[in-house]
Amino acid sequence: MNWTATAVALLQVLVATLVAPLVIGITRQTRARLEGRVGAGILQPWRDLRKLLRKETLQANGVSWISSIGPIVVMASSLLVAALLPLISTVALPFVPDDLFVVVSVLLIGTVAVALIGLDVGSAFGGMGSSRHMMIAALVEPTVLVAVYALSIPAGSSLLSSIVATRLDAPAVILSPVSLLAVVALFVAVLAETGRLPVDNPSTHLELTMVHEAMILESSGRDLAWLELGSWLRLSALLGLVANLMIPWGLATDATVLALVVGTIALLLKLTVFAAALGAGEVFLAKLRLFRVPELLAGSFVLAFLAVTASYLVT
Amino acid sequence: MSTRTRPDHRSIAFGDWTMNPVEAALTAELLLAALACAVAAVAPASMRRYLAGIATIAMAASGIVAGGLALSGHSGRLSAPTALPTVNLTLAPDRLGGLFIVIASAVTLLAALYAIGYVHGAADSRSAWLAFILFTFGLQMVPAAGDIITFLLAWELMALGSGVLVLTDHRTRPQARSAALWYAVMTQLSFLLILAGFAALASVAGATTFDALVTVSPTSTTGALAFTLLILGFATKAGLVPLHIWLPRAHPEAPSHASAVMSAAMVKMGVYGTLLVVLRFMPGGPAWWGIVLLSLGGISAVYGILQASVTSDVKRLLAYSTTENIGLIFLAIGASVLLASYQLTAASQAALLAALLLAISHAAFKCSLFLGAGAIVAATGERNLDRLGGLGVRMPWTAAAFGVAALGAAALPVTSGFVAEWTLFQSFIHGATRDAISVAVALPVAVAVVALTAGLALVTFVKLYGIGFLARPRSQGADDAHEVSHPMRWAALIGSGAVIALGVFPGPVAQVLASAVGIGDVATIGLGGLSLPSLGVLLDPMALAITALVCALPVVVVSALSARRHPRRATELPWGCGGARVSPRMQYTATSYAEPLMRVFDDTLRPEQDVVVTHATESRYLVAQVRYRQKLSDVIEVRGYRPLLEFVDRLGVVSRRLQNGSVHRYLTFSFVALIVVLIVVSL
Repeated sequence: MNWTATAVALLQVLVATLVAPLVIGITRQTRARLEGRVGAGILQPWRDLRKLLRKETLQANGVSWISSIGPIVVMASSLLVAALLPLISTVALPFVPDDLFVVVSVLLIGTVAVALIGLDVGSAFGGMGSSRHMMIAALVEPTVLVAVYALSIPAGSSLLSSIVATRLDAPAVILSPVSLLAVVALFVAVLAETGRLPVDNPSTHLELTMVHEAMILESSGRDLAWLELGSWLRLSALLGLVANLMIPWGLATDATVLALVVGTIALLLKLTVFAAALGAGEVFLAKLRLFRVPELLAGSFVLAFLAVTASYLVT
Repeated sequence: MSTRTRPDHRSIAFGDWTMNPVEAALTAELLLAALACAVAAVAPASMRRYLAGIATIAMAASGIVAGGLALSGHSGRLSAPTALPTVNLTLAPDRLGGLFIVIASAVTLLAALYAIGYVHGAADSRSAWLAFILFTFGLQMVPAAGDIITFLLAWELMALGSGVLVLTDHRTRPQARSAALWYAVMTQLSFLLILAGFAALASVAGATTFDALVTVSPTSTTGALAFTLLILGFATKAGLVPLHIWLPRAHPEAPSHASAVMSAAMVKMGVYGTLLVVLRFMPGGPAWWGIVLLSLGGISAVYGILQASVTSDVKRLLAYSTTENIGLIFLAIGASVLLASYQLTAASQAALLAALLLAISHAAFKCSLFLGAGAIVAATGERNLDRLGGLGVRMPWTAAAFGVAALGAAALPVTSGFVAEWTLFQSFIHGATRDAISVAVALPVAVAVVALTAGLALVTFVKLYGIGFLARPRSQGADDAHEVSHPMRWAALIGSGAVIALGVFPGPVAQVLASAVGIGDVATIGLGGLSLPSLGVLLDPMALAITALVCALPVVVVSALSARRHPRRATELPWGCGGARVSPRMQYTATSYAEPLMRVFDDTLRPEQDVVVTHATESRYLVAQVRYRQKLSDVIEVRGYRPLLEFVDRLGVVSRRLQNGSVHRYLTFSFVALIVVLIVVSL
């Protein structure tokens, strides 16, 4: 059991890492097509990564070790999240619970590392991005935890694998008001956590609006490659989680080869659909003013809280 | 102090005396405290900090032994008769007391080690050392006390010593005097409330020993009265909102080794007192006790961390964060009482365990943070974050200690804070029930409160570390900073080591903590992981760390391969949006970092902002100068305390008319008083 679980986790990490740039590629390509552009193709993020890994890494004078270690920490935290979440299979690692609190904390390690990288250079933009980024991260956390609290009440456990497995066993749960409200709240939180529209515009470099881009402005070469891949991986993993919460079918419940192959294919399909939908959705959205973001997050918090309340009222 | 023999224990014989290990360790501690005082009083000024520091360390070490023995289940009792025939002073620590003795002594030990390298000037004076020794001694005696009188005496010794320490720098810092006054008033208020609460308990129990107090029923009127008074008293000492007001004043003014002890250990005596009330004196309290503690803790947690997140003074920020942490501990205790009152035993025990984990975790990281803050102040002469920066390169050891402790405060894996909050969260999830409305409402709110607190703590500590230790120095003092002396850096590093150790091996720690409060259902799994079998949950931080390292391995390998071909090249600023680095003043400061939060929580924080624009003389459309001023005061102080103080002032002025210096009037007063007494007696 120990080794199969480890193998499953490795498979998840591998698949998620390979797919993450493609998910971004699909999102960008969908958006480009809908906006009447040709687009760079869904492989472009992979090409970017290859280019960045081959380039020289520049570093500002007088920065601390955070600037060199930080990108690796970001990448490792994203990989760890991919290993922990039930993406392909509900077989969880022994001793390392895919408890929601653990997953969120691991994500936050990445969040903190990026924020510190932003501050380390000592430029005005880095600090600005870091400050905004942390404000959003702080306000997202109540939504995430309360939403998963609501999801965990029917399952009687905060382990994401058991929550997803419960939904696989009793699909009626998925359409219950509790689950719908909680998943919508969680989805908004995921958008905020991964810096997508309407919270942050990943394709902007306009000083007044950028959040994530401002922090990694001074990174280059492999540092930038890790930061980019880390954030893409985080998006893919969290999208995969939301997808599995909404459409749990296809997920492997044991570690047989066939189930894992089916699980991988199902994950790829779900991610393709979700990435395309995300890209299409972003065409119709504008970035919110920074100080309207708390209102959006408060709204999603209310949804999550309603979900908890509903879980007591509706069986 | 004479020692009464207790022949029924395993004992060490000294001629006619026999002592068991706890009694021997406590006696040793008393003697070492006396020795430390003597050393501090007579040592020559040049040697004072070494001799007194080592003596204090010895006292703290004996305290760790005594507490450890009590915690492991040994019992002992030292008694001394007083002038009153029925009253004995008793030291009789139980397991819970032992735990808090260990916390207090361990923090004292680190602070004393730090002090050897840190104190100078007023903080190295004879009186400051005596105050420090008496303060830490009183601190260790509070949880050792076995009756009300001893408890209150130790409590006052603790308050007195710390009060003097707050005044240490009063010559150079006039604010210290006002801080000491606030502290003295609030701590006396706390003392009076506790005294009244104990009096209520003792009036029913008819005795003052702790063992006798258990006869009071928690549901009786006396029980409710005693609970209210004692909790208010302990909450004042613990720095809970709205009684926290002394904390952000007193902690920053005391020398850093003293603030570390005050913040990491002294406020925790409020937690100990609360646990005494709800676990030992009146176990099985009603649900409203839980709600009261939960709300008190929740409000303090959010308010404390919100203030901390927008504060720029390093030590004030840490003081507010103490309010937050103690708030979380009270929230966990409240959840435990509430869940227990609905017979949700497993979840209630998990919450109690979380409270204790939070307590030791806070002791470790807050001690290290305050010691680190002291190092910053000593090295730069600055305590305003807006004027710091770049210390990571200049003070690498302090930066490492401070960074790890900040991770602990932000509850990130794999630190002690993370394990504690995980346990708390598990108790919330498994306590969910639809049978009790109050639980069904309280728990989700508590989840949200804990989550918001954790989120804001993250901002606060990223700001603290990022602005203080990263980027470029924002003042000459920060630019000239050098690493501090060995005792100082080691004390901070040991504290941070504890943060990691408690976070990586929570299983054994939690088992010890559980034994202190009589919880059986805690196990160790894997490599020191924590398992709560009755909830069916487990967490093995070591395994998590190993998995993380395995994940990081390929990234490191690829980076190393790439680095071989292209080593890093240092340049002035790689991109800078086309600009160059002009002045360090153009960096984000702590104030600007917190600005978005300040805007979001505008209604709660109510900052006073002032923008003055001076126009050029040539044209109204040209701006010569813009002056921006922002003042942030504690809303509760401005809205709550100021009006109260003004009212009392007015009352004082009015009552002055009673005393006009005329002997006739005073004689009339006495006469009237006599008549009133006679009337009352005759009724």
